[in-house]
Amino acid sequence: MKTELFRTCPESGLQFHKPAENLMRIHAVLAVVMLLIGGLSALAVTLTRWPAVHLLPADKFYQLLTFHGVNMLIFWIIFFEIAVLYFCSSTLLKVRLATPRIAWIGFFLMVAGAVVNNLAVFGGNASVMMTSYVPMPANPNFYLGLILFAVGALIGCFVFLGTLVIAKEEKTYEGSIPLVTFGALTACIIAIFTIAMGAVILIPTYMWSMGWISHIDAAMYRLIWWAFGHSSQQINVAAHVSVWYAIAAIVFGAKPLSEKVSRTAFVLYIAFLQLASAHHLLVDPGLSSTWKIFNTSYAMYLAVLASMIHGLTVPGSIEVAQRSKGYTKGLFEWLRKAPWGNPVFSGMFISLIGFGFLGGISGVVMGTEQINIIIHNTIYVPGHFHATVVIGTTLAFMSLTYFLIPVLFRRQVFLPGLAKWQPYIFGISMMVFTLVMMGAGTLGVERRHWDMAFTDAALGFDYPASAYTLMGLVGLSGTAAIVGGAIFVLITVVSVFFGKRVESESNYGTATTRLLKAEPTITPAGGHEAAGKFGFAAPGTFAMAIFFLAVFVVYYAVNWKYLASVWPMS
Amino acid sequence: MNQETTDTKQPERVPIMQRIIDNPFLLLFIGVVVPTVFYVVWGIMELVTIPLAN
Ligand code: HEM
Ligand SMILES: [Cu+2]
Repeated sequence: MKTELFRTCPESGLQFHKPAENLMRIHAVLAVVMLLIGGLSALAVTLTRWPAVHLLPADKFYQLLTFHGVNMLIFWIIFFEIAVLYFCSSTLLKVRLATPRIAWIGFFLMVAGAVVNNLAVFGGNASVMMTSYVPMPANPNFYLGLILFAVGALIGCFVFLGTLVIAKEEKTYEGSIPLVTFGALTACIIAIFTIAMGAVILIPTYMWSMGWISHIDAAMYRLIWWAFGHSSQQINVAAHVSVWYAIAAIVFGAKPLSEKVSRTAFVLYIAFLQLASAHHLLVDPGLSSTWKIFNTSYAMYLAVLASMIHGLTVPGSIEVAQRSKGYTKGLFEWLRKAPWGNPVFSGMFISLIGFGFLGGISGVVMGTEQINIIIHNTIYVPGHFHATVVIGTTLAFMSLTYFLIPVLFRRQVFLPGLAKWQPYIFGISMMVFTLVMMGAGTLGVERRHWDMAFTDAALGFDYPASAYTLMGLVGLSGTAAIVGGAIFVLITVVSVFFGKRVESESNYGTATTRLLKAEPTITPAGGHEAAGKFGFAAPGTFAMAIFFLAVFVVYYAVNWKYLASVWPMS
Repeated sequence: MNQETTDTKQPERVPIMQRIIDNPFLLLFIGVVVPTVFYVVWGIMELVTIPLAN
């Protein structure tokens, strides 16, 4: 058996392999750098869409929108995800990371890719937005940067898989891998498909931009690009759901209600989540309704089912853990007595609720071919995905970061009083932001549009005053969310680079890779049911789920009704 | 030899679903093939069969 440098964190019992730990740290730091620059551009973009401010001229708006989309959606999230993959493999399986040197090569490729891409956008001739639809050409380095970044991320995925293989060979775990690692595996698998599709489309596009290929079919580009663009969002879903499970275990010692059900839900993700890419092509000519409806309405619902399972079992497991600690009064004492002042928990819970209610419900509406037409390409779309990737993924990653600052970086959190409030400031203003965006989108306000007043346009259009009010609220709430994001960046950067060290000792020693598990386990006396109520193990969660379904059904029905009025048939 | 004692000595039989779920490379295969067939290949077939304008 190999011996390697390990340390065990005294607070959490987690065990870190030194090379893996360094890699996690550097990826997390780079992620926050990307979040910072993505956030600065968010401010410029938001202030431009705020009609009363209308900050930037048109060309700068599209340049910064490109910058914002790529740095947030691709660079911030994927840098953080690679850190999560290494954490979920090496740390959770208590095993050395496979080939740390190759992992570093992957890291440098990602950094190089991000720099090359951003310089191209800065140059001003790559304002094609993150979708870079052909035949709109960008500076070739735009595509080259993305390709380099993707290759680097792919290396990270294979290092993760290699680490799973080592853990199995060295028998550092018994039976199946832990659920959180399984969720990370799901993210990794979706990432491999995603990156393969990215290569299939971006390499030819790069060659076209260099003049080596004369033509790329626009419809074909959209088909393959969205296999990449949509699937990459599903990496995020799998990753942040894993983070939810991890935080439920960390904060409450919660165990999933049913490992089998949760794992099956992840398998549904693996098989079906990517098919929902078709929802981006719902109004594209050339593709049949059969193809569209099979991939969205049929396959996508299986993936939505999986998300609803996770959305139910995560709070359900927390409820069971809380009830077994004695918080059994009524339906919701377990929730009221949860540690709302701990940003690790509050951020995760806001992420879960926001993702489910705002992102989930709007996502199903958008994925339905008929009612999609009401909001297609309106600002409803960014409203939806800021609920998924910002409230869902970004906030989940932020809450995990509050846990990692002492555990991984061995620093105390700077300004803990402010950190307590940060998830609320960021989460709640983002909820308002997404809601008012969806409202404006329902009134027809376009996404990616520099001037909703159509000044000087040959064919103008007058939006109702309420649309302007809603866009003003987009500006206000967006600015508030940026303040929340800035607080996060401030706290993490100061904690990590200038923070006080955590007092307790956590030295490196050479340990065998085979160590005992340190997960806290809680089993209520008499089984789960004993602590429950009304014959349910988690009655509060059940009540929330019924409420969720009711909102879902009402909103879905309202959209069909609305469709009938915007599209009169007589 | 008694049939029963040899049976109990064998490792516990792992259910088929669990064996699928425990095999990351099989899952990787599923996760690549399903979307490739239903989304990519089927989609490309539809796009290439669009008749050309005269
Ligand atoms: C405080 C936080 C944020 C604010 C206020 C904000 C604001 C905005 C605004 C106003 C737009 C332009 C919508 C349009 O005109 O079409 C936008 C686009 C976008 N944002 Fe954000 N954003 C924030 C954070 C994020 C984060 C964290 C992510 C990703 C993880 C993200 C991903 C995107 C993407 C992908 C687009 C679309 C770009 C495009 O259309 O090409 N945003 N954001
Ligand atoms: Cu999508």
